[in-house]
Amino acid sequence: MNQTIPVAADYIRILPEIVLSIFGLVIMALDPFIDQDRDQKILGAIGLAGTIVALISTWVMAQSPGFAFWNMVRVDGFSVFFHVLVIAIAIVLILTSYEYLAVQKLRAGEYYGLILFGLVGMCLMSSAVELVLIFIALEISSISTYILAGFRRRSATSSESSLKYFLLGSFATAFFLYGVALMFGAAGSTNIGEISAVLSSEQVPMLAYVAMALMFVGLGFKVAAAPFHVWTPDVYEGAPAPVVGFMSTAPKAAAFAVLLRILFEANAPGRFWFIWISAVLSMTLGNVAALVQDNVKRLLAYSSIAHAGYMLVAFAAIPELGTSAVMFYAAAYAAMNVGAFAVVSHFANSGERYVTVKDYAGLGRRSPVLAGALALFLISLIGIPITGGFFAKFYVFRAAMQSNLVGLTIIGVINSAVGAYYYLKLIVMMYMREATEEVPVLPIPASLAAALAITLAATIYLGVAPDPVLGYAQRSAKQMLQRENPNEQAQHSVSPGGRN
Amino acid sequence: MSVSYFDTLVLTLVTFIPAIGGVLLLIIPRRDRDIRIFSLIVSLLTFGLSLHLIARVHRLLPGFQYEIDKAWLSSPNIHYHMGVDGISLWLVLLTTFLTPLCVLISWTSIHERVKEFFILLLVLETALIGVFTSLDLFLFYFFWESTLIPMALLIGMYGHGRKVYAAVKFFLYTMVASVFMLAAMLWLYAKVGSFDFVTIQNAIKAGQIPGFDAAAQWLFLGFFLAFAVKVPLFPFHTWLPDAHVEAPTAGSVLLAGVLLKMGTYGLLRFNLGLFPEQSRYNAPWIAVLALIGIVYGALVAMVQPNMKKVIAYSSVSHLGFVVLGIFSFTQAGLNGAMFVMLAHGVSTGALFMLAGIIFERKHTYEIAEMGGLATPMPKYATFFCFIMLASVGLPLLNGFVGEFLVLSGAFVANPWYGVIGATGVIWSACYLLWMYQRVFFGKVTHAENNSLPDLSAREQLALWPTAVAALVMGVAPLLWLNVIDPAVRSALAVAQVATKVVGQ
Repeated sequence: MNQTIPVAADYIRILPEIVLSIFGLVIMALDPFIDQDRDQKILGAIGLAGTIVALISTWVMAQSPGFAFWNMVRVDGFSVFFHVLVIAIAIVLILTSYEYLAVQKLRAGEYYGLILFGLVGMCLMSSAVELVLIFIALEISSISTYILAGFRRRSATSSESSLKYFLLGSFATAFFLYGVALMFGAAGSTNIGEISAVLSSEQVPMLAYVAMALMFVGLGFKVAAAPFHVWTPDVYEGAPAPVVGFMSTAPKAAAFAVLLRILFEANAPGRFWFIWISAVLSMTLGNVAALVQDNVKRLLAYSSIAHAGYMLVAFAAIPELGTSAVMFYAAAYAAMNVGAFAVVSHFANSGERYVTVKDYAGLGRRSPVLAGALALFLISLIGIPITGGFFAKFYVFRAAMQSNLVGLTIIGVINSAVGAYYYLKLIVMMYMREATEEVPVLPIPASLAAALAITLAATIYLGVAPDPVLGYAQRSAKQMLQRENPNEQAQHSVSPGGRN
Repeated sequence: MSVSYFDTLVLTLVTFIPAIGGVLLLIIPRRDRDIRIFSLIVSLLTFGLSLHLIARVHRLLPGFQYEIDKAWLSSPNIHYHMGVDGISLWLVLLTTFLTPLCVLISWTSIHERVKEFFILLLVLETALIGVFTSLDLFLFYFFWESTLIPMALLIGMYGHGRKVYAAVKFFLYTMVASVFMLAAMLWLYAKVGSFDFVTIQNAIKAGQIPGFDAAAQWLFLGFFLAFAVKVPLFPFHTWLPDAHVEAPTAGSVLLAGVLLKMGTYGLLRFNLGLFPEQSRYNAPWIAVLALIGIVYGALVAMVQPNMKKVIAYSSVSHLGFVVLGIFSFTQAGLNGAMFVMLAHGVSTGALFMLAGIIFERKHTYEIAEMGGLATPMPKYATFFCFIMLASVGLPLLNGFVGEFLVLSGAFVANPWYGVIGATGVIWSACYLLWMYQRVFFGKVTHAENNSLPDLSAREQLALWPTAVAALVMGVAPLLWLNVIDPAVRSALAVAQVATKVVGQ
């Protein structure tokens, strides 16, 4: 592994990232030559093609698990899982944005380019096992989301959202970087495998605790976990709706992947109470604040804080159970939340005018398809059976209960009952109230229909047959937690008999 | 015993045919008449298939029959495990019996968003049947929660008055209470490694669960709370009058007829079956709550100015009998509890249909708006009288048998239970007869009531089966009890063995 010159296998292990970068560059290069009003859909098509090729190259990458680039990148089931997840989210995002950009009269070039570049960062976050590389990946992903958040240039709230996100985000990354530096001081390395060896020894240096706390602050910001969540509602309110759907799932999933690597793979010391407190705060603050929101985007912002809290519950559990529960949760949450935002962004209409809960009154009658889809996503967010959200919550709480965290589980289930109320408010609006003013509903374009079909199918699939996804998550979690060469584990992970 | 292939499949069919019908409705064009007819056929087909259950049941066998047990998810270890015994069998039949009647009674009263209505109704039926047939705790919870959304939507979309308030209240009450049950289930799974009801029951019986003694009381309460809200036991009953009054007729029928029984079924199956010691230990205060429910429900029913509210509070009172019977720990009491569940399902279901029929004509449930209806609507008055007498507990009709058995069991457990419980029978005669008098007798006080049309053929078609059932159940209760008895006996045996262990 200590070869000085990277070999072909090294490049295959970052193939999706390479593909995405190339497509991103192509889009940027073509942008000036394209008539913005007429042909911007071409750029969207290229973006879509890029993500699909990236998905295929992920499959290629998955065929050669192992370390690459001097142990900086690790391809294993875990990173493949998150690659597929974030790329799939981006596909849905591009499909949703297709019409949205035209309706909102936004320039498409940078938009699709930024999505692909952001995706590079997120993919890299999930496979990096080296703190400095993680930091770089985190920055790549964050900077493109900062810009995407401010993409509705003519709207003041969007600029505000972007600026807030940028300032607070940089602050948080600084925390993370500080933590990385201290961790290097404590463990003598920035490689997660080597850090883990040091941290598993008898005497853990005091500095490691401080380093871990700082890194947790930085990542806590990225996943919007309380008490580092205050930016979320404002940013989500101002940013373009499809981007919010993306922001609340893909970078978050990647940040959770990093958190899993750092906390579990590196066996972070003294993490339990951090997580416990942050989980309880996130769930409670998120749910309680969501109860009083009138703006749907803000409501879903607070709900995303609460969902981060549920995921953190799993972080407090036994690593093996917790990791697979978080992975499943990230997938289910992505399906339902991106879907919900696809509906919200279509319904918002030009200039995002219709975003309050009241605007949704009577939608069930006027657009049964939109209302039905949104209702199903909301039901999934509540956690009602036959949807992915149900199993996601179920696995998280099961992991917590099996780790003997009875108190945390009970706080969690109470919270999920509280959360039911505000999602229900929206369903009630759509089906049981009559509209006071006639809110126009645009016809559903094919691209949006495709996006809804993908997210609906994923939500229901995860709710009816969660076994394949969960089984995969469990195998790759086990593999990630064994700190040996993933090459030797490869054949284990393929055989289905390896489950417990 | 020989088990044919069909026997293992029949429960799955009965459970899922309504939902499949609901999905098919999605693609049927929006012609209201076709949709109604299709729903009626689906629900009748389900009823017909469920008759197979009773035709082939082994009456003396106490355990579960028609079992099907297939692995659904590997980890966590969740099985598609279904089966019925003498307790759940009848509740399944009650559900399949009432649903076609619900379709009939909603024939004209639902004229907007008809398709959605029948989809919700059929999906609800599947969820309800699933609750009674699941033998895997997870599966049970799955169906349990699945009943919430269709019921809440039925109330909220098709109800009257403060329908949204009622729907949300119903949803939140049940949802909040049932998460505690989920926590308790997860605890059991964490210790036993299985959600299978029988496996968990055996593990508890054998004392193999570490830390069970310390946790048992909390687990018991976790389950109890979820079921007590559903029953609803005093003081958790406040959602019920709202939900009933605002719900559409079919919603009320299923709510009173079947949904409430989910709670008492749960108490019987899970609280008694899994935590017999704790059930004994907690029985005194639960019985007191049940008695308060019987008397309080009846007294409040008496002063209601609204017909549907009278019936709603009478449910609180009747379900109090069921809980009293369950926690009397006597064979008679448990048999009676089961029988009251069925009788109440039939007669209160019918009462709600009758209330719905008058609502369709007058658009009100206010008793003050009625008066002397026996003159313009003789057939209606006759049906109402018959069903009301069944509900009051007139001997030879279905209400009497169950209440009598419960009270005789309660007397054995504690004479005071019997004495106070028996007053409930008197109260129910008071409020129902008084209501009947105000609605039907005397002169027609409102001139417009003179022209009210009597029952149509379709309405009679919906009412006759309930009237016949009420009579047959009252005359030949053994047809029902000899299936219930062995199942109840084995449930009771579990409870008694546990007590002996404690006594040593």
